[in-house]
Amino acid sequence: MRLSEDHRAFRDTVRRFVDTEINPHVDAWEAAGRAPLHTIFGKAAAVGLLGLEYDPAYGGEGADHSFQLVAAEEYGRIHAAGVGMALGVQAMMATPSLHRYGSDELKRRYLAPAVAGAAVTAIAVTEPDTGSDVARLRTRAVRDGDDWVITGRKVYITNGAQADWVCLLARTSDEGGHRGMSQIVVPTGTPGFSVGRTFGKLGNRCSDTAELILDGVRVPVANTIGAEGRGFQQQMEQFVVERMFAAYTTAGQCAYALERTRAFVRDRTVFGRPLAERQYVAFRLAELQAAVDLLRSHNLATCEALMAGEDVTRMATVAKLTAGRLVREVADWCLQFHGGTGYLEETWTARFLRDTRITSIGAGADEVMLQVLARLDGLP
Amino acid sequence: MNIVVLVKQVPDSGAERNLTSDDNTVDRGSANNVINEMDEYAIEEALKIKEAHGGEVTILTMGPDRATESIRKALSMGPDAAVHVVDDALAGSCAVATSKVLAAALGTLNADLILCGAESTDGRVQVLPHMLAERLGVAALTGARKLTVDGASLTAERQTEEGYEVVSAATPAVVSVWDTINEPRYPSFKGIMAAKKKPVRTLSLADLGVSADEVGFAGATSAVVEHSKRPPRSAGTKITDEGTAGTQLVEYLVTEKFV
Repeated sequence: MRLSEDHRAFRDTVRRFVDTEINPHVDAWEAAGRAPLHTIFGKAAAVGLLGLEYDPAYGGEGADHSFQLVAAEEYGRIHAAGVGMALGVQAMMATPSLHRYGSDELKRRYLAPAVAGAAVTAIAVTEPDTGSDVARLRTRAVRDGDDWVITGRKVYITNGAQADWVCLLARTSDEGGHRGMSQIVVPTGTPGFSVGRTFGKLGNRCSDTAELILDGVRVPVANTIGAEGRGFQQQMEQFVVERMFAAYTTAGQCAYALERTRAFVRDRTVFGRPLAERQYVAFRLAELQAAVDLLRSHNLATCEALMAGEDVTRMATVAKLTAGRLVREVADWCLQFHGGTGYLEETWTARFLRDTRITSIGAGADEVMLQVLARLDGLP
Repeated sequence: MNIVVLVKQVPDSGAERNLTSDDNTVDRGSANNVINEMDEYAIEEALKIKEAHGGEVTILTMGPDRATESIRKALSMGPDAAVHVVDDALAGSCAVATSKVLAAALGTLNADLILCGAESTDGRVQVLPHMLAERLGVAALTGARKLTVDGASLTAERQTEEGYEVVSAATPAVVSVWDTINEPRYPSFKGIMAAKKKPVRTLSLADLGVSADEVGFAGATSAVVEHSKRPPRSAGTKITDEGTAGTQLVEYLVTEKFV
């Protein structure tokens, strides 16, 4: 797939957004352990970043998926990955199911403010005993007249402490396994809903990662996204988009990290000549760039297949697995070639190494990606 | 208020720029061409005035075919329409000829206010706004760091080395701006898509009634005879303090006429 002049113009816009609205502030946000999402999302919405693929009836831009790829790649240039993750949660993790399966009323009420940047959203799936193994989740919604009464606990919820509503996955019947779950929009101001502790993390420190507690939270059954009992399947679709976002952003992160490292090794003189003239350094950076090029080509192919309406489960899973492993390697080598400087907290390489480690864990761990792929290949 | 903003496409000042060896003009073919940085501030100012007082904003560009990219980019920020003066005979035009062509184009646009950057990052001569005002017989408020519009009255803070001067004029007028005047917006997704549908009218020299021998290399009032690359920077003077560094520093500053 070839990107057009429109994509190039849009890329310039996203880059300016990142350079002017985000990067000058990230050090302060990292130190504070929280980025002001309502402010950031308001600015992101003004340039169209929060509803690129969504229906203009709800404030969306009506663009195709390829513009989401461009935006995500540019988020790779954010100097603290937590901000890109927050934007990704809003646009590609917490809202796709609502846009695809939600009722008009639900979309007017919850999607439109999210697209406008007025509401911060989160995706509430993970539980203390249920990470990538979503089928075992225990949060339960019991029907009482026209309401759901929801009780349970969610953990590691990105944007969780600042969210105005969450896209919650809960068990709504006793069928067990993959059946009987539903996606429900839960406003965080509802009585019985509380934010527990926020977690300190290795990286992505400006991203608030919270525990959410639901104790008899009552929301209308009309807040159910799509069909009752189809929540797992809808969430699995939403996870595919999430994996693609991760792979797109990672390609952008890797390309930017290598660009910065190439500039450093050209400048840095060791034993009388630039580090870049050492063949080992140059070759290693070339190898890594080649791998990034391949990931990017695969991402473009995945994007194109999705736009053609194909099932991209396999392609997105390959992309996410590859991205998680590649960025670990890139982050490690970029730090290595910066030498002692690279180990300092004040050099970008340190935060980059910490921030990107999550890619092999979040949105389904590498091992889960492998399990998905093995099954698709007919293995048990 | 009917506002026309002059927009020039220039080689990106952040990248290496060269002159061509055959005619000593800026090598635009191999460069990454962008909107002249200062012009973005002029566009922003025009949009702010339109938002406050209503009216229409038109982009006026003189340049080759590929300047269309910069026109679309300018339109994606929010202006309503554009006029592109394009003609092979314009290549090599000096500032005097450029002002003649732009004045002729402005004659068709009925502008109350003509906004432009105080200089372009390629030519950097800073004379075009004055020449245009002279040709159009209107006031020139140049080098503005602030502009206030009150009906048909314009008041500008004109940036100088010492501070600023307050100057005012009635419309129509030419106002050139520095980058201290505002913070230009960047296009939104909607802006980028909308720009594709905005009208861009092209005008040739014949349309403007300007003869080809008055412009381009043929009509240039100045010519670049030769050019050479700037020599690489030489090493600076290093003073090691052995008790007299202060005196040496002062002597250096005096020799170089800094003090």
